Amino acid sequence: MQYDVVVIGSGPGGYVAAIRCAQLGLKTAIVEKYATFGGTCLNVGCIPSKALLDSSEHYQNAAHTFQTHGIKLKDLNVDMPQMIKRKNEVVEQTTAGITYLFKKNKVTSYQGHGSFVDKNTIKISKADGSSENITAKNVIIATGSKPTELPFLKPDKKRIITSTEALNLKEVPKHLILIGGGVIGLELGSVYARLGAKVTVVEFADSIISTMDKTLGAELLKSLKKLGMEFLLSHKVTGATVKGTKVTVTADDPSGKNISLEGDYCLLAVGRTAYTEGLGLENIGITLEERGKKITVNEHLETLVPGIYAIGDVVRGAMLAHKAEDEGVFVAEYIAGQKPHINYNLIPGVVYTWPEVASVGYTEEQLKEQGRKYKSGSFPFKASGRARASMDTDGLVKVLADAQTDELLGVHMIGPRVADVIAEAVVAMEFRASAEDIARICHAHPTFTEAFKEAALAATDNRAIHI
Amino acid sequence: MSLAIKVPPVGESITEVVLSRWIKQDGDYVEMDEIIAELESDKATFELTAEKAGTLKTIAKEGDTLEIGATVCSIEEGGAAPAEKKAEPAKVETPQPASKPAAETKSDSYAAGAPSPAAAKILAEKGLETTTGTGVGGRITKEDALKAQAATKTAAPASAPSKTSAPVPSGARGERREKMSSLRKTVAKRLVAVKNETAMLTTFNEVDMQPIMDIRAKYKDKFKEKHGVGLGFMSFFTKAVCEALKEFPAVNARIEGEEIVYNDFADISIAVSAPKGLVVPIIRNADLMSLAQIEQAVVDLATKARENKLAIDEMTGGTFTITNGGVFGSMMSTPIINAPQSAILGMHNIVERPVAINGQVEIRPMMYVALSYDHRIIDGRESVGFLVRVKQLLEDPARLLLGV
Repeated sequence: MQYDVVVIGSGPGGYVAAIRCAQLGLKTAIVEKYATFGGTCLNVGCIPSKALLDSSEHYQNAAHTFQTHGIKLKDLNVDMPQMIKRKNEVVEQTTAGITYLFKKNKVTSYQGHGSFVDKNTIKISKADGSSENITAKNVIIATGSKPTELPFLKPDKKRIITSTEALNLKEVPKHLILIGGGVIGLELGSVYARLGAKVTVVEFADSIISTMDKTLGAELLKSLKKLGMEFLLSHKVTGATVKGTKVTVTADDPSGKNISLEGDYCLLAVGRTAYTEGLGLENIGITLEERGKKITVNEHLETLVPGIYAIGDVVRGAMLAHKAEDEGVFVAEYIAGQKPHINYNLIPGVVYTWPEVASVGYTEEQLKEQGRKYKSGSFPFKASGRARASMDTDGLVKVLADAQTDELLGVHMIGPRVADVIAEAVVAMEFRASAEDIARICHAHPTFTEAFKEAALAATDNRAIHI
Repeated sequence: MSLAIKVPPVGESITEVVLSRWIKQDGDYVEMDEIIAELESDKATFELTAEKAGTLKTIAKEGDTLEIGATVCSIEEGGAAPAEKKAEPAKVETPQPASKPAAETKSDSYAAGAPSPAAAKILAEKGLETTTGTGVGGRITKEDALKAQAATKTAAPASAPSKTSAPVPSGARGERREKMSSLRKTVAKRLVAVKNETAMLTTFNEVDMQPIMDIRAKYKDKFKEKHGVGLGFMSFFTKAVCEALKEFPAVNARIEGEEIVYNDFADISIAVSAPKGLVVPIIRNADLMSLAQIEQAVVDLATKARENKLAIDEMTGGTFTITNGGVFGSMMSTPIINAPQSAILGMHNIVERPVAINGQVEIRPMMYVALSYDHRIIDGRESVGFLVRVKQLLEDPARLLLGV
């Protein structure tokens, strides 16, 4: 079969690219290695983790805050198999939705491992051992990423696990040793900490979520410690051994002294690596970048081979589903001759811990490094009526604005539902709004979004009303 | 205390200038060294600056011709500088909340011209850099971007195309209006004047460039080594022209009133394309210069022209002009005389053409040359003879040495 576009990989980058290509009248096919569509995000990432985060949050509230709310419960228990079953149902519904969308948009889907024979021919190796070749004028590589493994610490996927296995545990760990204080680890660590596990985070850096504004990491650390999580920062993990149901993790503390931790599960969450295995890139002359094994692309996301594009986790930039989606739309429209644009500085970053963390634009550290003159205003959720009503008073909103023009340069939030609130900041910044613009836009009361308005007031002229 | 601002001496041969534009108006407060008016001579434009701060009182009017030293305006010391600059605080005296000027409608915001994401895509696809922003603070809304497209569409001819007509590619068909610069206006005026006031016509010939190309091929490295400048065609042409001018003095002459002024020197004007437009700097006493000196002079003048650093002196005078349309690929043209001169030589591109040489067809690098001249003082015999002579000297450069 001859196609205008063949997409390899059906994660949020790939399936969105395929649908957009089809919308634009391009004859499109998509190749997926796994049995279900949706890639990491829908199957073993964003969606299932949110399902478990929500379940565990309900339990956490039932166990700890219901009493204060005036609700009495007896015999509260975690039914782990049911929790996982519900999560799986969410995943099934969502991935089935992708199948429906492909049909609706007339995207032809192939189940099998796609690889390049040459720049216009894709070989699909199927599970039953057969194979089929299809040809394409354009190919979009959207093969995503896999959890990074450490050379001295191989997951056995039973006791030493990655995020994929952590979404399918049959029991609540007694002591979960979490290697890595990044987004994925802290989200999954939160799930099990809420469900009653002891969670110890071992992090190499001296802070958690270290790529985000430092204020957020410091605030989140406080909140997670309240949840009972323990943190060993500036610790370098040296190895892990499994003996029966016990895992022993060894690490060097900041002074270089050896320590060891004993638990029943060890979750390795030290990042993700671009996944291009068996793609046959060598057949078309594409080599991988030394660092991160990513595929080099130009500003149009085109690789060194004309007509071959790459998007999402396999190329430079943040490994985020929504970044991959936007790149999928970008490439589809570019192939169709349009001139789309992505503002990479305005891709929001979100962490679904509780309180949630969300961020867009420059961090305070980046602005200092640029030597840019900025003003800062922040507002704590403690002072928000809405937050007090729901007993979610941890966190704050910080607004950074240009000292001269008052233009928003960065917005950093930690607090209830800020993963949703951040959208307002992204819209405002896409339209180059100033802090005062936000302060002068009516915000419904009582809502969590008022905290953004108050922080904007503080940044404008240090004139927040409610603090 | 008032200070009279006079037309400064701007060049040796310039006796008068035209006040082309007041940049500041009568009664305006001006800072010291601020530009207050634009003056132009027939060669270039100048800016008149304030010699001190104060209130401007204009004396001359736009379009007036002023002699060097004539008073253009005066500046009264003092004046209401702050009031002029900041109109808002002045209004504080009359507290009228409702009459506050609608500053919001002004588009001097940092975000003026910033397109929304959808508008940016539309503009990019229309090949437009920007358009008028009607959004808050001058932001470009999606509607603005769509209109930018619609405006160009309606600009297309309204006559309904017949069914059989081929599809017309749609694209930007906008008009753009720009005020002519003073220099451009001067050039325009003078070119039309020359066409109207002289009896101009053009004679053509062709030059076999092989001999000069051979010389260049043979000596260009040595020449560069010795003189520090490349050996181009310009020096040969200038030299040949100077020789020919000696033999046909009318071509090097000009009409002044009822008299013909003959020059026993050759100042060759070279037409150079500069950022602001065409300029014509002069190689003085070119007839006395070596090829290397001419090449150096050409390089110097062209560099200055490109950097807008030519002084008025360097563009004033000249007895004959050479223009080279060949650098832009021109095959043949009829140049316009650079008044008050009487003739101009047009060089063109060098193209390999089959030519008959001693009864054989040979491929030679050929150039057409054109001489436009003022028939009032140059007869056909002289103009044609001049151009033939130039051709002879170029086709056999040894003649330049021997003067034959």
